[in-house]
Amino acid sequence: MINLEIPKKFEQLVDQAHQAAAEFFRPNSRKYDQAEHTYPKELDMLAALLDGLSASGGGTGAGGVRRGEKKDKEGNKNGSNLQLLLGTIEMCWGDVGLLLTMPRQGLGNAAIASVANDEQLERYKGKWAAMAITEPDTGSDSGAIRTTAVKDGDYYVLNGEKIFVTSGERADCVVVWATLDRSLGKAAIKSFVVDRGTPGFELVRLEHKLGIRASDTAHFRLENVRVHKDNLLGSPEVNTEQGFAGVMQTFDNTRPLVAAMAIGVARAALEETRRILTEAGVKIDYDRPAFTQSAAAATFLQLEADWEAAYLLALEAAWMADNRQPNSLQASMAKAKAGRSGSDVTLRCVELAGSLGYSENSLLEKWARDSKILDIFEGTQQIQQLIVARRLLSKSSSELK
Amino acid sequence: MAGNDGAGVRQPRRDAMGSALAVLNRLASTAVLDRFGLRKPVERGLYEATRTGFTAVGAASRTFASAGKLGKPQRLPSAPQRGLFDLTPTEEQQMIRETVVDFAAEQLRPIAADADAKCDTPQGLLSLVAELGVTLVGVPEELGGLGTERSSVTNVLVAEAMAHGDMGLAVACLAPSAVSTALVLWGDETQQATYLPAFVGDNIPAAALAVQEPRPLFDPFALKTKAYRRAGGFVIEGVKSLVPRAAQAELFIVAADLDGRGPALFVVESGSAGVTIESDPAMGLRAAGMGKLRLDKVALPATALLGEGKSDVYTECVRLSRIAWSALAVGTSQAVLDYVIPYVNERVAFGEPISHRQGVAFKVADIGIELEGMRLLTYRAASRAEQGKSYAREAGLARRLCAEKGMMIGNDGVQLLGGHGFVKEHPVERWYRDLRAVGLAEGIVLV
Repeated sequence: MINLEIPKKFEQLVDQAHQAAAEFFRPNSRKYDQAEHTYPKELDMLAALLDGLSASGGGTGAGGVRRGEKKDKEGNKNGSNLQLLLGTIEMCWGDVGLLLTMPRQGLGNAAIASVANDEQLERYKGKWAAMAITEPDTGSDSGAIRTTAVKDGDYYVLNGEKIFVTSGERADCVVVWATLDRSLGKAAIKSFVVDRGTPGFELVRLEHKLGIRASDTAHFRLENVRVHKDNLLGSPEVNTEQGFAGVMQTFDNTRPLVAAMAIGVARAALEETRRILTEAGVKIDYDRPAFTQSAAAATFLQLEADWEAAYLLALEAAWMADNRQPNSLQASMAKAKAGRSGSDVTLRCVELAGSLGYSENSLLEKWARDSKILDIFEGTQQIQQLIVARRLLSKSSSELK
Repeated sequence: MAGNDGAGVRQPRRDAMGSALAVLNRLASTAVLDRFGLRKPVERGLYEATRTGFTAVGAASRTFASAGKLGKPQRLPSAPQRGLFDLTPTEEQQMIRETVVDFAAEQLRPIAADADAKCDTPQGLLSLVAELGVTLVGVPEELGGLGTERSSVTNVLVAEAMAHGDMGLAVACLAPSAVSTALVLWGDETQQATYLPAFVGDNIPAAALAVQEPRPLFDPFALKTKAYRRAGGFVIEGVKSLVPRAAQAELFIVAADLDGRGPALFVVESGSAGVTIESDPAMGLRAAGMGKLRLDKVALPATALLGEGKSDVYTECVRLSRIAWSALAVGTSQAVLDYVIPYVNERVAFGEPISHRQGVAFKVADIGIELEGMRLLTYRAASRAEQGKSYAREAGLARRLCAEKGMMIGNDGVQLLGGHGFVKEHPVERWYRDLRAVGLAEGIVLV
């Protein structure tokens, strides 16, 4: 029966996440935007709290993207995917940069949770894992990575360069994508867990960024890094039939979460802008035609409508995952809409608020900087459009490039 | 007109040369018409536009008489509150949707171009719709309908499916339901007993919910149509535009400002003295036979006022109508997407299907993305409405998004077909014209 409201059973979780965002993130938001590369020590206490929460399905995405194997009872389900999405929205309403650097909640943790075997799961329990995919010459075309892994007895020897590793320096370990044989294409790409401190695994630098400055972004060089074969996630065999699908399926689960981040930031901007406009005497009316209201009110209504579309698309993608329906189309739709609306909404809000919004006295300008990355990482706007277009047009990646 | 004025600030002035050119143009076009035998089609166009004339009285109305009045008005209760987020329609809704989808594909789409050209919906189609029972779902069982609870979501699914066939025909077919739904929602026992029996019979009257007025920046909450209390009833005066099947309509529900205190809804029979209809075909929705309804000091009985003139009744009417327009936009936008996909896959340029180019493929992707957003906003608004939750925000946002993105989709639909999209061999030009209405239409349809 069609209903697009959030069930009562999630209200408590949403409320808790909101309070954590309001009490831990917001007060530290500007501080760590300015003190880039300084570890937000306040998060340790919150992380401990969250570890408890995520045991019960909360958290920020690191633990909840594994699709359980057990067959559930029939009928409509609202489960962990939806819950995680809602939690993420609330936390990013607080601060997206701080959420991204939450200890033990890295993208590497998501990869481990999604594809690791039981022994590996146990071994990396409680560890903070970052993710290293991108290279200086390889971004969206992650199938073309050049970092190599060569088998040497019980070890693999890794060589290459990795950039844009979120929390790479703060994490305990990094999940590194490397190829066993470049001539075999995507199928030969495997992921390896590399512990920080492994000889040859060298931090080159931390990036200075437009936004999400609370979250560090590391650049690594790998020179003859020896990794035990038990650190390889998934199957060591090169299966050209199955190809890239295995590694890529993580994205079906994480893309709605990045959409959630954009939705959270954009909502923060809309709320603040409404407050500022209302104080300035602008009335926003949902009933009267937009064109009979002030231009500011009409703009606000348009932004809120776009925001609502992003929000509902993300809920749809998560709901489908909860109900075990294939959702890669909807996940990409949500990511595309939320990514572009995130930028559009936050930038427009700065404009509406004028120099008040442009000033560092307000968080509006920060949100407008933070939101930009959400239309880039986990698949850029254009990659999402490609995925959606291929699906709708029934085209392969060799036909629609 | 080069200069520092903004566009449209200074209107072009016609001087002697301009006037001469205008006359010359008229003569030239006459000659051209004769030479190429175009006289007839142009004349037919003129005929369509003035067929019902400026002074035609409203359609001869059947006699609406109160029959077997029930002790109190019958209302449909709110649908039950739901616990979980869910996008799956009920089995009943799926069945209804499938039926209407098939109906629209078989009965609406094939005749859409012709109905658009003729500015008319064939009576045969309207009879089929009556048989289908679309109206009955919104009327309580006690009044001869099939409804047991508010069904805004079902109505949205029906409107969406109908508009996938054709928006103009959908509007013509759904217009009487708007009137019956309004009577169910806000009519008193006398109004229900007088008018509703006709809507559950075999011969459903043409009827229209007339809110729109012909002026720029029209605001349904600031009406120029005025009603005044008089001894024994009301007098109503004004002009309503975008009235579907105006010439055939036997019954109107008209929005008018009551005694300067705000908008209210009135039941107006077409046979009332002072009611005249003027044909007023528009850019799109032509199959719906749009016209103007002129009310010249029309005297109404005291029983004409709907919902006791309460302002929340009227506000609800405007909101439910906007959800219906959103649903129509979703249906027609889906038609655009379904049409352009095979086209861009089959059309070859530069040695490969044009869908292999990102410039084309990304437009298709964006149509898909925005359409899904439009659909979800519309469903949310309807679902909240039927559960008795507040829905002002959701209805307002759904309408905003559907107006904006629906038009984008209509525009891109033509663009993707290029020159072929611009000619009437393909339906995208009609959808382009129809989708323009979503941003401006008020009233007409209800969920």
